[in-house]
Amino acid sequence: MAALLSNSARVALRSGASATSKAGAAGLTFARGKATLPDLSYDYGALEPSISGKIMEIHHKNHHNTYVTSYNNTMEQLQEAQAKGDIAAQITLKPAVNFHGGGHLNHSLFWENLAPKSAGGGEPPSGALSKAIDTTYGGLGEFQSKMNAALASIQGSGWAWLVKDKQTGQISIRTYANQDPVVGQFEPLLGIDAWEHAYYLQYQNRKVEYFSAIWDVINWKTVEKRFA
Amino acid sequence: MSPKMGIQGDLGGLFIVYTSTPPFHSSLHLTHAYIHNSSMASQTHTLPPLPYAYDALEPVISKQIMELHHQKHHQTYINNLNAAISAQASAASSNNAPTLIALQQKLRFNGGGHINHSLFWNNLTPPGTPGNNIDSAPTLRKAIASRWGTQDTFVEAFNAELLNLQGSGWGWLVSKGGAKGQLDIVTTKDQDPVNGPNVPVFGVDMWEHAYYLQYLNNKADYVEGIRRIIHWAEAEKRYASGLESLLKL
Repeated sequence: MAALLSNSARVALRSGASATSKAGAAGLTFARGKATLPDLSYDYGALEPSISGKIMEIHHKNHHNTYVTSYNNTMEQLQEAQAKGDIAAQITLKPAVNFHGGGHLNHSLFWENLAPKSAGGGEPPSGALSKAIDTTYGGLGEFQSKMNAALASIQGSGWAWLVKDKQTGQISIRTYANQDPVVGQFEPLLGIDAWEHAYYLQYQNRKVEYFSAIWDVINWKTVEKRFA
Repeated sequence: MSPKMGIQGDLGGLFIVYTSTPPFHSSLHLTHAYIHNSSMASQTHTLPPLPYAYDALEPVISKQIMELHHQKHHQTYINNLNAAISAQASAASSNNAPTLIALQQKLRFNGGGHINHSLFWNNLTPPGTPGNNIDSAPTLRKAIASRWGTQDTFVEAFNAELLNLQGSGWGWLVSKGGAKGQLDIVTTKDQDPVNGPNVPVFGVDMWEHAYYLQYLNNKADYVEGIRRIIHWAEAEKRYASGLESLLKL
């Protein structure tokens, strides 16, 4: 998170905007040291029928924006605590940094690993990533089944990710509670939001249908770039 | 095993000796049914009916939310709880310790979901009903006043805790250590139940499915609305007598 704080210039590392963008930093926008809500590269209705325009609009403009605002508020409090040398206050703020910062990171990555069908959404991966999926899971279909099972098994709010192990280069599926971000040993490649707000207006309790439909709008090109 | 409601720290608390007849006269019970087959009789939990109509909590909670929440969400916890209990029985009969251990989280989650929702339905009541009047909770009201000063201060503190929850979970007013104990506000994550011997006086479901179709991301309005449909008479009973007299499990 220190890297986020030190970002003073406006940086827009959205897909294609920078050849040096790395997974974890891609998609995050900042203005004068503050996190800002990144624009979507497609219209709210562009992911229909997999995800309704209404869901996309509320999810982006309200939910994601609340994470951005709360993250910035938390950072202000953290900077005050740092200026005062108040260690206890800094430690107290850690869960809020994790939750709101994680919410901002996760959603920024999520929007980018989705794409309308007209922009290649759902087109299967190729190259090294495709090979890694075949080797690890025996094929794209098998991978999708395992990812869907992981998503369905989340108890409460959370995310499922295809990740890359930084030590071994291996890919695997991991689930994270609430807004816990993919950090440390693993790099995020592909994330799917399993919070109820991500699907409820359209699918209600039938979340399995959402998990099944979202594959039609997965942007594998983005996932390939993150893997490379 | 405690004969009380299964709000123990571990899932052992769910494996309680059931009475054969649910106490339909009481204001709260977890219902269950017997299934007989050739070799053994086993019990399965069944969805308890709501004590009011699906639209009775409007305008605070819409009919559509109540229907989905009760018929789909609560029912799914019950189905998965029954499946886990059945899997546990066969694992126990074959002495399969790894499977027994692997089942604990499923039991906790789905058993907690069943318990929490059963408590929740019963600590809500349509606005304007007799039980909705805080005058029906004299002992509890006094205890709230001595703990928080005023009812409003309590509600503010309670609502703030609800809104601070990160992710899915529940907010509870609990009586610590048993009936007529010190009051406290606690939150539990996902479907974790309130651990005994603390008594859940009332609970509020903060999962998004509890409010999203009506309030979207505006959960503060949902929380503000809930205060208008608390079943104070039920809360008073739980506070004064604990759950033992209400739940015959």
